[in-house]
Amino acid sequence: MDVRANQGSMLKLILLSILVPAVNLGLHFSIFLFFRSSDLPPVLNAVLAVIWGIFGIYSIYWSLNWVVEQYSDKWKERIIPYVFVGPAVLLLGWLLFLPTLRTLYLSFFNADSTRFVGLANFGAVFTDRLLLTALRNNLLWVVFGTLACVILGMLVAVLADRSSFERLAKAIVFMPMAISFVAAGVIWKFIYYYQPGDDQIGLLNAIMVQLGLQPQGWLSMVQPWNNLFLIVILVWMQTGFAMVIFSASIKGIPEDMLEAARMDGAGEVRIFFKIMLPVISSTVLAVTTTIIVFTLKIFDVVMIMTGGQYGTEVVATEFYRQLFMYQNAGYGSTLAIVLLIAVIPVIILNLRQLQKEGSF
Amino acid sequence: MAKRKHKAPKRKASWLVNTILAIICIIWFIPTLGLLISSVRPAADILQTGWWTVFPHRQWATEEQVKLPKDTDLRQPITVNGQTFSDDQLKAGVMQGDKRLVWENRRSRTVDVQDKKWSGMTLNFTTQNYETVLGGKQYKITQPDGTVKTEQGSGMGRSFWNTIAVVIPSTVIPIFIASFAAYAFAWLKFKGRRFFFVIVIALLVVPLQVALIPILRDYTALGLNGTYFGIWLAHTAFGLPLITYFMYNSISQLPRDLFESAYMDGATNFTIFSKLILPLSVPALASISIFQFLWVWNDYLVSLIFLGSQPEVQVLSMNIANMVGSRGSDWHLLTAAAFVSMLTPLAVFFALQKYFVRGLLGGSIKG
Repeated sequence: MDVRANQGSMLKLILLSILVPAVNLGLHFSIFLFFRSSDLPPVLNAVLAVIWGIFGIYSIYWSLNWVVEQYSDKWKERIIPYVFVGPAVLLLGWLLFLPTLRTLYLSFFNADSTRFVGLANFGAVFTDRLLLTALRNNLLWVVFGTLACVILGMLVAVLADRSSFERLAKAIVFMPMAISFVAAGVIWKFIYYYQPGDDQIGLLNAIMVQLGLQPQGWLSMVQPWNNLFLIVILVWMQTGFAMVIFSASIKGIPEDMLEAARMDGAGEVRIFFKIMLPVISSTVLAVTTTIIVFTLKIFDVVMIMTGGQYGTEVVATEFYRQLFMYQNAGYGSTLAIVLLIAVIPVIILNLRQLQKEGSF
Repeated sequence: MAKRKHKAPKRKASWLVNTILAIICIIWFIPTLGLLISSVRPAADILQTGWWTVFPHRQWATEEQVKLPKDTDLRQPITVNGQTFSDDQLKAGVMQGDKRLVWENRRSRTVDVQDKKWSGMTLNFTTQNYETVLGGKQYKITQPDGTVKTEQGSGMGRSFWNTIAVVIPSTVIPIFIASFAAYAFAWLKFKGRRFFFVIVIALLVVPLQVALIPILRDYTALGLNGTYFGIWLAHTAFGLPLITYFMYNSISQLPRDLFESAYMDGATNFTIFSKLILPLSVPALASISIFQFLWVWNDYLVSLIFLGSQPEVQVLSMNIANMVGSRGSDWHLLTAAAFVSMLTPLAVFFALQKYFVRGLLGGSIKG
């Protein structure tokens, strides 16, 4: 009797486990088909699509969770983590991980991927003058770009916290983030624009002329400093990112903790280094990691401002050029892999930090 | 978890703090100001004078004109007011005492004698750039019979709604998926936890260009090209590593006893996640959603490849790019379009800014 009841509920569970994902799949596939063939007015179409997207993702998790809840406690514990990480792992596996493996594979082949060349591409990358410049420039981007973004972002976050115009200051520093790269390119052309003579429409050269100096071709002639002028654009755009995150985590520090230190007579600078910084150290690491990764992958700024000419090429622009313009899959893939290798130390540092915090 | 007042009493700001911050803000604002001013200037002005010339400033103003003899040889040194100059010097402008000499008209041999004068506020502003951008560029099409027809290109209205349909789900979906994953990575025990987490972190650095061609091939096979669903998936996958990493950072900082007591009370993981984790992570959620929103909003490459540029699905960034043309020479349109497309992200920022307040977590942060 007991066994049969058990078998009955087993059967029900198996049926549910198949049925619920199947219904999900069928339902969302038919909605997908509806949208693909529909000819609704734009506003209605957008609103419906947004509703589908938001409720769709919630209902998928909710229903899968509901199925797992029917299992026995032992199995519930085992399976629920996979329901939670499953979608992320599947999506990443399909859309990022497999393409990366394929890139790794292609990096051992020649330009049109027909002949195995071993490590020859890597040898070539590290001896080609252009690519070496790209690697050097990437290093400049990572070091100066990251340092400037993190320090300035922290400075603004801390200062804004005690200033009398916090909202305005944060909005101003954040604003460049809302600007697309194409638009930022135009904005900075109004700053760096160069033409011979006294009449300048670029702000920097107008200042030079006012000071009685020669106007400069900031992005083309003053190599390798032109890289720094490009980095300034990134710093202008990305400091807002660091600022917002830092600001949020500074606000998370309990006020009583700071107040206690003030009672003990600690100065504001000391409080910052001795109390604030240690408390938000994991946020600092997270922001630094993000910006390092971002600067390693830097592409748009360089492409729009100089197209990677005048000694400003970086790994991502060279990757793009090799893969899409010269059709050299071997070189292109190798460059992408070099980026991956370059970030390994940062990842190890992160994992070690997480381990220290005891969450791993 | 001590519940405290939302706003801690603000300490009096010192003038030093205010001054330093003000200087940084002014420097930060100058490029944006240039964009705003340029967007209301006529196209010809933008290319001739700097945007700051709308403010009062000293500039060369012609005082008198000197007519040289019609037969002056331009290849020889040219004598003006008793001094000799070369043609090239006069082309660029050359100083004579504190006056400046420059060709007014080379062919009629007229030279301007200029002096530095204060010029007031220039009020030569126009709304033409915005009208063109919002109404759509006019295309002149030469028809087979030789007549020229002017056709209005699609305006920003349609692509605005397309962008909404792309951006909002592309922000919500990855944040949802990533938060679930981050919760599992941080607080649940399962086989492969470490392995999967390391992979996710490592994928942070993969440039998305690596994935474009393989995904495009799969999408074509599955019929996902040019659909909202396809681009949601693409943006989700490209945003997931960073969002998971960030949410992990925030969720793993929450105190353990919080879950344990809830778990003892018989709450399921799903309930803990939606009733406890999500509300406690609001500041982190707010900031990361702003950034995902911005990245998707300003994205051009991913939409271009997976959505295409047909007007039915075209997004704003693509609309702007089309308007400007591939050479990016129509600066006056670009400035106006850039400003229009900035408005929505800024509105989102201001709307979410209220979540970045002190005390939302009370004393619950690990310290």
